[in-house]
Amino acid sequence: MSRLPRQALASAFLHRKARWKPLEFAFWITALGAAFAFPSQQLLLSEIAILALFALSLDLIVGYAGILSLGHAAFFGIGAYAAGLISLHAVAEPVTGLILSGAIAGLAGLATSFLVLRGSDLTKLMTTFGVSMLLAEAANQAAWLTGGADGLSGIVIDPIVGLFEFDLFGRTGYLYCLGVLFAAMFIARRIVNSPFGLSLKAIKRNSRRAAMLGISPNRRIVAIYTLSALYAGFSGALLTQTTSFVSPDVLAFHRSADVLLVLVLGGVGYLYGGVIGAVIFTVLRAWLSVVTPQYWMFWIGLILVALVLVGRDRISPARLLAGLRARTGRPASSPAQHQKEEA
Amino acid sequence: MASVLRRLFMTGAALCSLLFSHAQAAETVKIGLVLPMTGPFASTGRQVEAGVKAYMALNGDTVAGKKVEVVLRDDAGTADQTRRIAQELVVKDGASMLMGFGLTPLALSVAPVLSQAKVPAIITSATTSIITQKSDYFVRTSMAGPQSAVPVATWAAKNGLKRVVTLVSDYGPGIDIEKGFTDQFKKDGGEILEAVRVPLQNPDFAPFLQRVRDTKPDAVFVFVPSGVGSIFMKQFVERGLRDAGIKLIATGDVTDDDLLNGMGDAALGVITGHFYSANHDSPENKAFVAEVRKANKNMRPNFMSVGGYDAMALAYAALKKTNGDTDGTKLVDAMKGMTWVSPRGPITIDAKTRDIVQDIYMREVKKVDGELYNVEFATFPKVRDPNTP
Repeated sequence: MSRLPRQALASAFLHRKARWKPLEFAFWITALGAAFAFPSQQLLLSEIAILALFALSLDLIVGYAGILSLGHAAFFGIGAYAAGLISLHAVAEPVTGLILSGAIAGLAGLATSFLVLRGSDLTKLMTTFGVSMLLAEAANQAAWLTGGADGLSGIVIDPIVGLFEFDLFGRTGYLYCLGVLFAAMFIARRIVNSPFGLSLKAIKRNSRRAAMLGISPNRRIVAIYTLSALYAGFSGALLTQTTSFVSPDVLAFHRSADVLLVLVLGGVGYLYGGVIGAVIFTVLRAWLSVVTPQYWMFWIGLILVALVLVGRDRISPARLLAGLRARTGRPASSPAQHQKEEA
Repeated sequence: MASVLRRLFMTGAALCSLLFSHAQAAETVKIGLVLPMTGPFASTGRQVEAGVKAYMALNGDTVAGKKVEVVLRDDAGTADQTRRIAQELVVKDGASMLMGFGLTPLALSVAPVLSQAKVPAIITSATTSIITQKSDYFVRTSMAGPQSAVPVATWAAKNGLKRVVTLVSDYGPGIDIEKGFTDQFKKDGGEILEAVRVPLQNPDFAPFLQRVRDTKPDAVFVFVPSGVGSIFMKQFVERGLRDAGIKLIATGDVTDDDLLNGMGDAALGVITGHFYSANHDSPENKAFVAEVRKANKNMRPNFMSVGGYDAMALAYAALKKTNGDTDGTKLVDAMKGMTWVSPRGPITIDAKTRDIVQDIYMREVKKVDGELYNVEFATFPKVRDPNTP
């Protein structure tokens, strides 16, 4: 190994990280299988996929660039409203609408990314929060465009690329969301496992040091923030297209808070964290709110505190599998090695 | 190993059965009740649920030979949740009717589901005029748009209040009500000095009340959603508007029966117009109030509650008319034109608009047996939604 030139070494490292692991294959096959295994749960599954994409977009900035955001719903909301308005006034074909809405949210991300370049974590937290509050109020006031507090209704979504119609059971919707989530994950994996992704991690650890190594933090942060906004816009657009309705709620603070919670729950900084968190959070919420419609908030709060105290490592599938292997006496990767891989 | 696997399997199986079970007994009619049971609008949900339960307690749970089962679900006041829950109730639980919907956007979000699935939905709370036009399967038992505000305008103009400032919460229903009041008041020869809109999210009325005071009107007409009525009332007195001789006229949301006692004597003498008062004098209402109080730790029913009660009454009547047939289109057709005596008084579901036509009462807050009540003193019969002629 030591005889290899450094560049080859680095590229071998990146290739190793970028390799698709068996667990990932298992995950996507399960997700696809769910479309046929649970015909009555398609709406919940779509919700999971949308939240997962939203959490994935937040992970790109929180987990990779170290920008804490409490206002990520801003881009989610822009995407949702854009998709609604596009289908009402321009094209009702969802894929076109999705791409356009994502692009609009991405542009908004580019424009506001300059606000998160300076200041400490707390400043960034407040800036992102402020931007989303401004947008929420704007959406409430601009009733001529957004329908105000009543929201946009009467949205009709055409069949996907003119072929697949959205059915009442929501299977088409779920497969559509899952497809978009997969594509987004595929691209995100490539990005974070590229030299660009590594340089982001360097910035997250210590941006001054990264700058001294010749990595320009600002340009990279702008790029990843824009990408993250684009992804959030996609997830918002998916919500609009699968529910054919938008209300100012898509910009509400609780959405930004929920997605951060989901991300913390699943684990920050390894892309699948948001997906895992979304599965846990949505299933818990759906189940508890059926069991006790009045008091489910209490139980979900309690469970979330417990889960976070136990530590997200312990609910990550890799860790679970390792634990299971250790119990059954088969060789497993040591925790130290596991952590190195994650870092 | 085996035990671990077994345990895993058992938990998985238990979870699956909890999540994915949809056992359905024959000859049961399921009604999905979707309400905000948590979050800022939880009181709406609580009241509507109490009304629904009161109806079933007083009238039994069978109608036209079928057993009625109500499935309560919480949407936390979030539109996409409402939509998902409504869709699940229809697709998974096989609900033949839906009910509830605390706020306008929540109701609007289910419109596509109703039209696609052909399932009727009875709105127990949301009030914006446009809702019933968004799907042919919407029917309403709460109130339609500025129904309660228009009679207040007529009454004010007749009773020497000629110069009025309006103050409403800045959102759909608030603007509806402001327009309804203003149009009628101008027609009756009144003058609107200023139209103040207060942000919905930030219920601090002090600066707005100061503005009202400075314009020195005869009266201020107010609409705020029921929860913030008590804050408003307190600040109205604190800012000295009452001492300045400015009369307070409002829609009944401000003096919500559920909260009225907590407002204290500050509320005495406030004139409001609304469709329901817990003090309404009729045998139907006495039975209703007694039942709600009995079942809910002495809680006083408010106008939300009566909306839930009447939704259930309408559902029962429709099922009786179709002889237990749960076909959605037949149920909606059966509901059209239905007339009955509710705890609030006589009401009708308009055959064309599927919206409610009801009496609006003018009330004054008075002390009755040591408790504050909206005491009715005048009736405007058969008021329709002025926005949908």
